Amino acid sequence: MGQVRAIVLRAAGINTDLETQYALELAGAKTDRVHINRLIEDKTLLDQYHIAIFPGGFSYGDDVAAGKIMANQVVHHLAEPVRKFIDDGKLVLGICNGFQVLVKAGILPGGNGFRQEAVTITNNDSGRYEDRWVYLEPQTDRCVFIESRRICVPIAHGEGKIVTKDDAALQKLKSEGHVAFKYVDADGNEGPFPVNPNGSIESIAGLTDKTGRVLGLMPHPERYIRRTQHPHWSRLAEDLAPDGITIFNNAVKYVRENLLSPCTA
Amino acid sequence: MRQWRFEVFNRPNLPDVQGESVLADIHELGITSVQVVQSARVFLIEADFDQAFADRVARELLADPICEQYHIGRSGPPAGLAKATLIEVHLKSGVTDPVAESVMAAIKDMGATPAGVRTARKYILLGEIKSSQIETIARKILANDVIEDVVLGDQAEPPSPHLKPYELNLVHWPIRDLDDAGLAALSKERDLFLNLVEMKTIQEYFRRLDREPTDIELESIAQTWSEHCVHKTLKSQVDMTHEGEQIHFDNLLKETVFKATKQLDKPWCISVFSDNAGVVEFDEQSAVCFKVETHNHPSALDPYGGAATGIGGVIRDPMGTGMGARPIANTDIFCFGRPDKKLDEVPKGVLHPRRVMRGVVSGVRDYGNRMGIPTVNGAIYFDDRYMANPLVYCGNVGVMDKTKAFKHQHSGDLIVVVGGRTGRDGIHGATFSSGQMTHEHETIFSHAVQIGNAITEKKTLDVLLQANEAGLYEAITDCGAGGLSSAVGEMGEKFGAEVDLEKVPLKYTGLSYTEIWISEAQERMVIAVKPEKLEAVQKIFASENVEATVIGRFTDDKKLHLRYNGQQVAELDMEFLHDGVPKYSRQASWKNLKLSEPRLAEKDNYNDDLLRLLSSYNITSKEWVIRQYDHEVQGGSVVKPLVGATNDGPSDAAVVQPKFTSTRGVAISCGMNPLYGDIDPYWMALAGIDEAVRNLICVGGRVDRIALLDNFCWARCTDPEVLGSLVRASQACYDGAIAYQAPFISGKDSLNNEFVCEDGSLIRIPPTLLISAMSLVDNIDKCVTMDLKQAGNLLFVVGRTNNELGGSHYYKENGHTGANVPKLDLKLAPQIAGRMASAIADGLVAGCHDCSEGGLAVALAEMAFAGGLGVEAGLRGLPKSKDCSRTDAQLFSESNSRYIVEVTPENFDAFAKRMLNLPFGQIGTVTETPRLVIKDEDGRSVVDAEIDVLKQAWQKTFDW
Repeated sequence: MGQVRAIVLRAAGINTDLETQYALELAGAKTDRVHINRLIEDKTLLDQYHIAIFPGGFSYGDDVAAGKIMANQVVHHLAEPVRKFIDDGKLVLGICNGFQVLVKAGILPGGNGFRQEAVTITNNDSGRYEDRWVYLEPQTDRCVFIESRRICVPIAHGEGKIVTKDDAALQKLKSEGHVAFKYVDADGNEGPFPVNPNGSIESIAGLTDKTGRVLGLMPHPERYIRRTQHPHWSRLAEDLAPDGITIFNNAVKYVRENLLSPCTA
Repeated sequence: MRQWRFEVFNRPNLPDVQGESVLADIHELGITSVQVVQSARVFLIEADFDQAFADRVARELLADPICEQYHIGRSGPPAGLAKATLIEVHLKSGVTDPVAESVMAAIKDMGATPAGVRTARKYILLGEIKSSQIETIARKILANDVIEDVVLGDQAEPPSPHLKPYELNLVHWPIRDLDDAGLAALSKERDLFLNLVEMKTIQEYFRRLDREPTDIELESIAQTWSEHCVHKTLKSQVDMTHEGEQIHFDNLLKETVFKATKQLDKPWCISVFSDNAGVVEFDEQSAVCFKVETHNHPSALDPYGGAATGIGGVIRDPMGTGMGARPIANTDIFCFGRPDKKLDEVPKGVLHPRRVMRGVVSGVRDYGNRMGIPTVNGAIYFDDRYMANPLVYCGNVGVMDKTKAFKHQHSGDLIVVVGGRTGRDGIHGATFSSGQMTHEHETIFSHAVQIGNAITEKKTLDVLLQANEAGLYEAITDCGAGGLSSAVGEMGEKFGAEVDLEKVPLKYTGLSYTEIWISEAQERMVIAVKPEKLEAVQKIFASENVEATVIGRFTDDKKLHLRYNGQQVAELDMEFLHDGVPKYSRQASWKNLKLSEPRLAEKDNYNDDLLRLLSSYNITSKEWVIRQYDHEVQGGSVVKPLVGATNDGPSDAAVVQPKFTSTRGVAISCGMNPLYGDIDPYWMALAGIDEAVRNLICVGGRVDRIALLDNFCWARCTDPEVLGSLVRASQACYDGAIAYQAPFISGKDSLNNEFVCEDGSLIRIPPTLLISAMSLVDNIDKCVTMDLKQAGNLLFVVGRTNNELGGSHYYKENGHTGANVPKLDLKLAPQIAGRMASAIADGLVAGCHDCSEGGLAVALAEMAFAGGLGVEAGLRGLPKSKDCSRTDAQLFSESNSRYIVEVTPENFDAFAKRMLNLPFGQIGTVTETPRLVIKDEDGRSVVDAEIDVLKQAWQKTFDW
């Protein structure tokens, strides 16, 4: 032990694995990009990692629905190793398509085995793909990835609207602290499009599970780890710290403090 | 085996995005009696599972448990009073259905093995509709005849997907005894698009061989010799008459565009005009390559599929350059008819420009986004002459190891096809795109359209990069136009090749050996593999579910041998195939047009003109398009297409950072102005080069590392005047490249962009030269954007404004063309660019925007509203020529080589010194007051408008 290790899962159509790996390495985690076929072949492969990332992209073309085919793969081939990974106190992060996978596999918000029951992610209200920058207001202090300040990161998706089965399901998400982030404006207020870019219910942008160690979000923190990635960085202070990296820093810090033995950390 | 039918609907209380968009389109057609459209996804699954398992498939896989509901079997029309019309849209048999492939795999993950899966879309239209209207709706909105079948009503079943197996039937097309008429007839009947001289050359060849050709032999020759593949017009001998003067070219391309490259002989050019993309040095380890292609004819027939395979195809160019590059950026430039055209103004056989635009935009979006390549730069031009021939330019930039810029295939290497399977799609694409279009093309050439599947290409790319890294293959190229015929033919040109066509993996049975050979099915690459590395190659491809199949080997007899089940079907000499195409001699002529300047009354105030220009199609914000493209994936974007205080100003060029660990960047831009070509294509081409260069300079690109790409889209060049205009533009390419010391590194042409209407009338596109440009940025932290940064800063114009409103958007909006086209000062332009680049590199510039469409007034407005700041400017300080005395010319002239520069007061001295002896002047200051105020030379305000009003005008046109 001593080294924080992260795995970025690849599959046909996953396309943000390189920059996600770089963000994790910048945060201090030794990171491998591994094709999901290797995990299916060797179910113990996950054991050597502390952080598992389901990155963004269009896994299997988002055929049928975004993230659906890969979620089906996870449920039918990887349910046990993933469950064990979480039970072992390790961290799972789903970004964009990865978030869609986690929700469609029932890993988020979780609670009833790996079965999608009350929450889904569907077509943006605009009916089209959107790439734009948004502000995120944290809604929980349980989730180990996030801190209490508002962050600015980009979204890029066509199916990002979070929907619950009914009002009771929504109330449950809120009362049980599953809401990780909401879309807000620069001042922290919720609002219609484009503040809420996809029409997500109650502006929800990300969810966490009951442990706070599994996070899924539609925006892309890995796309804001360097100042020049901000759309108007040329107007901003030169010592500006990029917001997206905080998610990865916090994950690595958590692993160091909780999963690695103190003498070697 | 049972045929299961699943229908998946949205839950009634949730929005049906697809249905609503169809309804809006129906209303747009003027059919208002349709009240509601419900849409459903249909899955037809042939499998032997039971009802319980079918329920699981529906519940767990096909339908979303929260927002959808499903019906197993065929659902009837919904109850209620409104009349319901059921329409189903099925893919024609043989058309790639990626969703079906994914569903098949997912059901296997669930533990069953279906025999087949097909998907369809079902629409339920509520309201009274006449049957003629149903047909209109089906044809114009719901389905594309080229790839889809419409099934009406609730009883009709879709056509069976089963195809008959193919049995070898060797076909000869006798040619030796044909007379001229017979040769011409053979070429026409078989869609060979070969002219008489070419047919005679082929006839000679087979007379020498003393036998008749097989069909596949003639098809191979036709494809290899097609305009699309061999660029015979640009490489031909041309005799040009220009205002009585005679100019002779032995090879037009070599003596213009390519000559500049050769003459400049830049050491940083690694591979130019020889591989699938032009390769230049990036840093000590890496190189970058750039290629731009067009996909015009397919996009006219099937805008979505044509554009998708356009971007998919050009991505394969860098993937197939050298030993293969990693794609890092896409560009796209489109030319359409005006989207507000009335339906009855659209000629028969032509899709409405709005539909073309929507289709093209979504095609590029869906393919580019899925590939995970950011679309960082582009432009859209509108002119009704593009209505029947929309232009779709797609570009791709890739990065590679410098040591892997060349291929090393040898005799004995195996020919391995990797990626997608071969189907009947895209037959005759190369030859078809080399011909003229007519109102009947829609039906005749439906098979020429290729169907894309981005995920197949993405996973192929993923494995190829690993295989390249591991050194598992010797050479690579893409299967583009001409398919395997072209890829294997090119790779084996120096050696010879033999291919067993029955080994090629097929999407479905029934393809003849010829169809296999010339199919342009997408997502296929060919690699050359040493026999001892084959096992490793097969292992790595299998590990990520990508097919890699040996189909033959490279020989050393310099012949092309094709076999099917052991039977020889072709034997051609490589030399004849590749060098046998006859040289052409063509006539070109150009006469300077007799044009005059319009007489427009001078005005006291130009607010309205400015607002109209800002809203005009060519200038208006393209945010609606840009935001549909992922322009940030890969995390390398530095200057994005939209910049400024609220991330919505129009940036001049894109800058991307190809490597996370290096602050070096690549700047990418384009320049194009077809309006100038109506006056003189020579000055049009130079303006395009200047614009592309200015855009690079504005963001911080180096002036000494500019590489250019040319893409000529022209009408039929058998007409001497059309060819004359092409020659003029080519000459300008040479002059511009030499002036800027900027070599062309790659290029492509698409000729014959004209359309014969049903009544015989001809619609020709205007001569359209796209210049794409790329340069290096030494330090991305020093890049500059066009938005104004701070009140109190000073505004300069560098470069001279001339009395050059000819071809301007100001004239266009007023219904004129004019005569005074902007002329590039070949000596001054590079000086200005050089000084601007050095000022930006030294941090003397806070903001910089190039002056192009709409001139100074539009550029100032854009800078102001992008920065959320005002401007106080006066035309007295504007550097201008003596004859540029009119206020409208000063505001709207589109003279080249002009930059508007924002400088802090602290940097004033240093900046002024840097610009010494150049035409430059201070024209104003940046203000806190959010107004754009421009005063004329006498100090009277001629533009005075709130920046919000200007911005609104600029944004409203495509608020779709």
